[in-house]
Amino acid sequence: MPVVRLARGAITEALRFLRDEPSYRFDMLTDLTVVDCGELRDGDRFDVVYLLHSLERGERLAIKSPVPEEDCWIETATGIYKNADWTEREAYDQYGVVFRDHPNLKRILNHKEFVGHPLRRDYDIYKGQWLSEVDDLEDELERRRRRDPTPRGGQADAMILNLGPSHPAAHGTLRNLVELEGETVRYCIPEIGYLHRGFEKSAETHEYNQVIPYTDRLNYCSCLINNVAYSRAVEALCGIEVTDRCKFIRVIITELSRIMDHLVCNAANLVDLGALTNYWYLFNLRERIYNVIESLTGARLTTSYTRIGGLWADITPDFEEAVRAVLKEVPKAVGDTLKLIARNKIFIDRTVGIGVIDAEEAISFGFTGPCLRATGYEYDLRKRHPYDHYDSFDFEIPSGHQGDTYDRVMVRFEEIRQSCRIVEQALDKMPSGPVNVEHPRIILPPKKQTYESIEGLVGHFKLIMHGVNPPVGEAYVATEAANGELGFFIVSDGGMKPYKCKVRPPCFHIYSALPRLVEGGMVADVVAILGSLNIIAGELDR
Amino acid sequence: MAQGRDGVGVSEDPARRGVPADSPGRPLPRGIHRESPVGEGVYLTKLDLAINWARKNSIWPLPFGTACCAIEFMGVVSSVFDLSRFGAEVVRFSPRQSDLLLVAGTVTYKQAPILRRIYEQMCEPKWVVAMGVCASSGGFYDNYCTLQGIDKVIPVDFYIAGCPPRPEAILQALLEIQKKIERNPAPR
Ligand code: SF4
Repeated sequence: MPVVRLARGAITEALRFLRDEPSYRFDMLTDLTVVDCGELRDGDRFDVVYLLHSLERGERLAIKSPVPEEDCWIETATGIYKNADWTEREAYDQYGVVFRDHPNLKRILNHKEFVGHPLRRDYDIYKGQWLSEVDDLEDELERRRRRDPTPRGGQADAMILNLGPSHPAAHGTLRNLVELEGETVRYCIPEIGYLHRGFEKSAETHEYNQVIPYTDRLNYCSCLINNVAYSRAVEALCGIEVTDRCKFIRVIITELSRIMDHLVCNAANLVDLGALTNYWYLFNLRERIYNVIESLTGARLTTSYTRIGGLWADITPDFEEAVRAVLKEVPKAVGDTLKLIARNKIFIDRTVGIGVIDAEEAISFGFTGPCLRATGYEYDLRKRHPYDHYDSFDFEIPSGHQGDTYDRVMVRFEEIRQSCRIVEQALDKMPSGPVNVEHPRIILPPKKQTYESIEGLVGHFKLIMHGVNPPVGEAYVATEAANGELGFFIVSDGGMKPYKCKVRPPCFHIYSALPRLVEGGMVADVVAILGSLNIIAGELDR
Repeated sequence: MAQGRDGVGVSEDPARRGVPADSPGRPLPRGIHRESPVGEGVYLTKLDLAINWARKNSIWPLPFGTACCAIEFMGVVSSVFDLSRFGAEVVRFSPRQSDLLLVAGTVTYKQAPILRRIYEQMCEPKWVVAMGVCASSGGFYDNYCTLQGIDKVIPVDFYIAGCPPRPEAILQALLEIQKKIERNPAPR
């Protein structure tokens, strides 16, 4: 990816130009982060990194802007990309870079009483800080009210309601403070970070392979995809290419995970809408897939199956048969559910035309995956930038019409079918051969070699003691995960641990659009919309 | 008074029941006596024991699910592992309605005051299960934002190992909690 360095005072202008100029059209801010270069170079301590993406032209561009430690500020991009709001807040929270003129620059992942900026290299990873009282979010609500050009109703008839972080109708640890006027949502203030468990800081203190178990727990509905996405990023950094057999196995596990992820998302979404029966139908199928995954990886949920340069082990002899058996059950579970909902008046009333967003706005918010495709914009990394032989499979990219809750649910159901097609083809075409690259500094040598030859022993020793050492450099690699573009931005200083490891979680950007989707609608729709966005706290808060 | 499944209470007509609770060879629950000075088909027990028995078979769990462990909890309530077999399927997300707090997942410093508040909102008697290593000890998240075990803020009755624990382990935790309830000397 080309890198451009820019002065911090020119950022806003440059970003606007790159977005609007027809020959560039960098319409998406894929991610924004900061690198603490204190240990890498003299001079300005931080680099603010903007990862831009032109969806039409399929090109990516990184912009870096150096910022000194004292007088630590840069211009805001909130007026250009809508997801700059949250990504800048995160950069401020984690690194202490101030974004000038940001409308709501406050901490987002860490709590309000936190002192310091944990992702700076000199912050002690073990230094926890207690929170005495939960944020009442009054300040944000007040700012939101002031920004409203057409305030409706008086303060007197407003009702303030906390949906979450532990609420019967809200999932996991998401909190939304809503101001209601009757049953209509006037303002919605989401608060995240309740599951911020320091993935990025932990990754900096672990070897490259040891980070894989942490990736399991990002999106815990489809752990295998995270494993694959992370390994691909480190492999790009090392400049190695995995074997064909490995690629095919990765495709199969990725698609099985995608199916599972969509099953959980839709099952939970339907429960939220009151359709409990579907939950049983879909979850039973998920349990069957779990059995296959468990016999492959040894774990139902937290799989840690990939390694840098390959896989933990080849597939088991009965794997193919087991997968084919499971695939046969997919149409029944999906079909049974669709029979119950597709023409169900309640379901249609509660989803059609609810939480509508168009493609252009969705892109500005950084939407990817099913939520973007539901707007009718057929964008899928597996087609646009094929990796792991995705271009050799015959499958379609389902898309919706108007980007509402109904479309998001239905796109996921259709993707389940397409994933089944891919898995079947991959099973048919699976090549034989090794699953791991042959590289003594990347992959452990076979046990026999370790015991019987000095080279094997040395290779084993070196890898265990010194780990994988990618050359100095950085890489951003994106993978089409169940929720959208899952990217890893890794900076290596040549050591055995990542110098920096930033995840680009798809749902972080999607969730930042929630106020836009729910304001003006009914409070009951918040639940339906939230479910259809498939927000997974593990990857949202990392 | 109607006949309970395990033979507590007074049955009006033992002959009408499918399997008589006092059929020879069938052990009666602890503390329930067949010999009665009152007459055939009458069982005597202490009120405390009857209350414990009722409680342990009708636990209403509140899954405080924050992370990956919550996904395994979803597996436990669905058809294959079926938590209802143990009388605990009425999952309630309101602390006012539940008596078993099942903390499934990582709790961060940001979350800790909320967990504490939810625990305080639950009515007595109440029990707490820490599901998974995160809830028990912080797990492998030994860092600046993760609470190193929920027992830093609330008391815990049972810890489940695993990351995440297998569904069977969750069922076992439930059985252990039931035993604990049964042993409760003074239920009020
Ligand atoms: S114990 Fe493991 S599976 Fe459970 S919440 Fe913690 S990391 Fe996730």
